[in-house]
Amino acid sequence: MPRTGVFICHCGTNIAGTVDIDKAVEASRNFPGVVHADEYRYLCSEMGQDIIKKAIEEQDLDRVVVGTCSPRMHEATFRKAAAEAGLNPYLLEVANIREHCSWVHKDMGEATPKAISLLRAAAAKAALNTALEAPRLDVEKRALVIGGGIAGIQAALDIAEAGYEVDIVEREPSIGGRMAQLEKTFPTLDCSACILTPKMVEAAQHPNVNLLTYSEVEEVKGFVGQFDVKIKKKARYVDSVKCTGCGICWEKCPSKAPSEFEMGLAKRKSIYVPFAQAVPNVPVIDRDSCLYFRKGRCQICEKECPPQAIDYEQQDEIIERRYGAIIMATGFDQLDPTIYGEYGYGQHPDILTGLEFERLFNASGPTGGKIVRLSDGKPPKKVVFIQCVGSRDKARGMNYCSKICCMYTAKQAVLLKEKVPDAKSYVFYIDVRTAGKGYEEFQRRAAEEYDVAYLRGQVGKIFPEEDHLVVRGVDSLSGRLIEINADMVVLAAASIARCDAPEVGRLVGINSDSYNFFNEAHPKLKPVETHTAGVFIAGACQSPKDIPDTVSQASAAAVKAIGLLSKDKLQGEACTAEVNQAECSGCLYCEAVCPYSAISPVEIEERYHGGTLKRTVAEVNPALCKGCGSCTVACRSGTINLKGFSNEQILAEVDAICLQR
Amino acid sequence: MTTESGKKSRLIEEMKAQSGQDPNSCYQCGKCSAACPVTAALDLMPHQVIRYLQLGLEDELAESKTPWICASCFTCAARCPRDIDLARMMEGIRLSVLRCREGNKFGPADLTPEQLEKLPQQALVSGFRKYNK
Repeated sequence: MPRTGVFICHCGTNIAGTVDIDKAVEASRNFPGVVHADEYRYLCSEMGQDIIKKAIEEQDLDRVVVGTCSPRMHEATFRKAAAEAGLNPYLLEVANIREHCSWVHKDMGEATPKAISLLRAAAAKAALNTALEAPRLDVEKRALVIGGGIAGIQAALDIAEAGYEVDIVEREPSIGGRMAQLEKTFPTLDCSACILTPKMVEAAQHPNVNLLTYSEVEEVKGFVGQFDVKIKKKARYVDSVKCTGCGICWEKCPSKAPSEFEMGLAKRKSIYVPFAQAVPNVPVIDRDSCLYFRKGRCQICEKECPPQAIDYEQQDEIIERRYGAIIMATGFDQLDPTIYGEYGYGQHPDILTGLEFERLFNASGPTGGKIVRLSDGKPPKKVVFIQCVGSRDKARGMNYCSKICCMYTAKQAVLLKEKVPDAKSYVFYIDVRTAGKGYEEFQRRAAEEYDVAYLRGQVGKIFPEEDHLVVRGVDSLSGRLIEINADMVVLAAASIARCDAPEVGRLVGINSDSYNFFNEAHPKLKPVETHTAGVFIAGACQSPKDIPDTVSQASAAAVKAIGLLSKDKLQGEACTAEVNQAECSGCLYCEAVCPYSAISPVEIEERYHGGTLKRTVAEVNPALCKGCGSCTVACRSGTINLKGFSNEQILAEVDAICLQR
Repeated sequence: MTTESGKKSRLIEEMKAQSGQDPNSCYQCGKCSAACPVTAALDLMPHQVIRYLQLGLEDELAESKTPWICASCFTCAARCPRDIDLARMMEGIRLSVLRCREGNKFGPADLTPEQLEKLPQQALVSGFRKYNK
């Protein structure tokens, strides 16, 4: 018979207000195996913990039941106290008599017997508890950052500076991401490239940072501290070691394709670097447009390349490495506004998205930095900006606010006025949202000093007439219809998650919300953690974000990763599944349902009628198992048990509640 | 939905029941008014009609010509980012105005047993629905 002690907490009046503590203590003394029962006003306090510790020692207790708040709150506190008194922490059981009882009832006459039932169940379970040990796991002192935009670069640099190795995997030929596409940044109007390129170069030159550009993560196995990752390094058809980045190849290349970096507004060559400051400054050959790969002739780049770096035979390469932590920084896309027929996007060259318009400002952009209409090359005199194209739209777009559009529209209107002084901007908005340091001041400056007309309303139709675009909208404040003969229209299209975010998330075992943005573990208190230990998120892959927020989040994610890498050993999960292999029939239903790939088939030998018989059974890797219990439910013969939550323990709880009368 | 004096508006409750649309979903972006082909002919723009509903201005709504000019072309409903079917709402207002406008035209007690026998049941029920307060 166990020697169980029961301790009941008042939690001030949180529990004592609806549960008669004295009655509960009295009842507890009569549970099977209970040799000691006590109560205290705040059991989680130092004094409260001392009462438990003292009783364990003096009463020689080998099981402890605490009737307190939810185990999510203080199970760790009480287990630690038990361990300090020399008891295996897994021999302590929590009866949740606050969230499950006192908080949901008003009547003491009802709540008290329920609390007693919960305590009786916990005591019955505790009697069957066994001492458990959490496994100690190794930590690979290297981090993987997926995505080489400003979030990935910042996180990688922080980790590298802390003294750990870090690899950045970037899908595109260069790091830099969305920020590299921007001309100026709000609200200070510093040139985006001027503040980004030093960081790109720093990442390339840092001894602890390893850039894997034009690469994608193929497979992630393992667990926190030991992620085994397969990375596909796509063939560039250019030898990165030999290439000097002289640029002769892309100057001479005769074939062209739309430039992804210029949002399709300009062409690039088939052998190309996406932009002038690309890091690494090593081109790639785009097989789909290259004459040699399409038709088998040309090879001009190969002939012209001074260091003979062109290699048409190069193959995709698979790199396998182990990492202790992973940071997801995969960024965002822009919504395609063609779904809004009334705006006519895609049907007229002077109707652009915000990111497309941004490229017009850039000196190396499609117009060489001149703000002109793509239809006739003339500078626009009237530009209409439309906000919330796909944002805050539950009917056809995204229900959320994209957060950055109000500010970048104000920025673009200001920049426009500087480049084309006689241009007039009109902004159709629903609400102006400019929360951020210096943001409101900037937007007001645009309206007051740069003559930007803010019209509170939306646009119902845009259509071409003669050489301009007729924009029909409404100003809801004056209740008037507004018709503007615009030269150009800029649509602030919603920021959306990458289209393949769910698949990429699945690779590393993290989930996404209904918009495909990655989920954080807690919206307030764990903003960069995920539900998968060792995987962190940063930047616009979590939700639309501006640069300051992205950089802050990237540094936060880096700190979490550094904290993990700095540990010599990690404590694993003690409550894992175990298979009684003598009873296992080897159906492997458990393997199919395990979300952590912790179960695999194994062949065992058994003695059978004097001989030996080989058969397949299931085996659990305790390092991978998170103790979710899916396998125990799937197991047809009930031969998988979850340590700490065995079938016997759960049934003992049920019996203790049902058989008491 | 309550009027300025805090009293529930019968017209607006009736309109909600008829159309199944909730004026509170509207954030007044004005897209409906910008899209409506007859906005210029309206005394209240479509988004203003919803604003009046939100504020419970039932008497002013009952006076407005807008619901009667609305041709139910559904452009507003197709464009609304809040998924409100304004055309349906306008129809709801028209019905509610009719039902709430005057006092009882007649009640069951006004009918003679012969009339009750001869009148088709459907007409009877729909008559009461429309004209009975």
